[in-house]
Amino acid sequence: MLNLDFSFLTTEVLSGYVVKGFFFSLELTLIAMLGGIVLGTLLALMRLSARPWLVMPAAAYVNTMRSIPLVMVILWFFLLIPLVTGRPLGAEMSAIITFTLFEAAYYSEIMRAGIQSIPRGQVAAGYAIGMTYGQTMRIVVLPQAFRNMLPVLLTQTIILFQDTSLVYAIGAYDMLKGFEIVGKNFNRPVETYLVAAVLYFIISFSLSTLVKQLQSRIAIVR
Amino acid sequence: MPRCFGNGGEITYLDWLISAWGWTLAVSLLSLFVALLFGSIMGILRTAPHRGLVLFGNAWTELFRNIPLLVQIFLWYHVVPALIPVLREVPSFILVVMGLGLFTSARISEQVRAGIQSLPRGQRMAGLAIGFTLPQTYRYVLLPMAFRIVIPPLTSESMNIIKNSAVAFAVSISELTLFALQAQEETSRGIEVYLAVTGLYFISAFAINRIMHFVEARVEVPGMIGGGK
Repeated sequence: MLNLDFSFLTTEVLSGYVVKGFFFSLELTLIAMLGGIVLGTLLALMRLSARPWLVMPAAAYVNTMRSIPLVMVILWFFLLIPLVTGRPLGAEMSAIITFTLFEAAYYSEIMRAGIQSIPRGQVAAGYAIGMTYGQTMRIVVLPQAFRNMLPVLLTQTIILFQDTSLVYAIGAYDMLKGFEIVGKNFNRPVETYLVAAVLYFIISFSLSTLVKQLQSRIAIVR
Repeated sequence: MPRCFGNGGEITYLDWLISAWGWTLAVSLLSLFVALLFGSIMGILRTAPHRGLVLFGNAWTELFRNIPLLVQIFLWYHVVPALIPVLREVPSFILVVMGLGLFTSARISEQVRAGIQSLPRGQRMAGLAIGFTLPQTYRYVLLPMAFRIVIPPLTSESMNIIKNSAVAFAVSISELTLFALQAQEETSRGIEVYLAVTGLYFISAFAINRIMHFVEARVEVPGMIGGGK
């Protein structure tokens, strides 16, 4: 029954197929995180403004993104980006754009909660000492909101890292794809999928353990 | 003459779309059942006054939460039948339901645990003090309140399951996303096909949302958290 054989997974094979994919998964996660947090913060500020023409498009964007399966969003962008740019960008570039825009919707909900958690008096105090709206947000509100929400933002990033495996739908070369190719080449899909699962587990589990520690540290300071 | 629905064995894209929607709903609803069952059990175990049970529930949750859904689906499809020969005859539809169901059970166990732990400690003590056994305390005191508290997060998890069912395309379940991929390939009418599929996902998730709100209103206890006047 159990005739597993992992001997074909040499360092050579791993560095030949898997490392390239791993670095793409990492690149995709980091770019989508940074871009997503910046765009998400802007969307959150739009939704919290008093102007309906800013609130409505931001709310519509966030709600639409959050109601469509990520796989469909990936397919949509893969279809639409070439129509906009006039030439195909390749699966990897398309994935980077998609994840940045998609994750912005999720990060914006986190940032919105973070900004709302700051007492109103803080904003009033900012205005009272003569700061403009931009200064109040940049110097007073956002640093605190960011700090309060850091554990949640990082947890979302771990989810994002796991979701990068969905670029499978457009055939981009990520870590899972690397393992899949090894499994096909050596005709050993069982072992390669097992190793892939273990690797994803180790990465996600250790990151979430770190986030938990960070959370307890931040909690004391408050 | 072109028709909406084929007859006599011929299949139009509309026929195919509707059957794909059926598969999406079937995968989602069965997975939701699996997820609620295992998620509730694990959530309850994690609040039990027994170290071993708590550890088991925690390990279950960490295991299914830290592996990407797509990888879990591949594990169920490629690895589990290879390791457990009895499962080789099981249709891939069932394997996907187990994969999506157990993945979601980890999230539901978190919510059920949080729901039970949000109750005042005195509730459990009062139950035990009047002579209930531990299972009776859960059955008659803790769970009726805890489940009402967690209905809102369960609602969003139920909507997530509709969205997450899209990964079933990767193991050739003929659901909406696979339809979108194949019909786009065959007809080159990507935008129309994707619009139809996205619309059906919208409708399905919204329907689940309405059903859960109906349930929430039906089981509401006046005077309790979230209850009416």
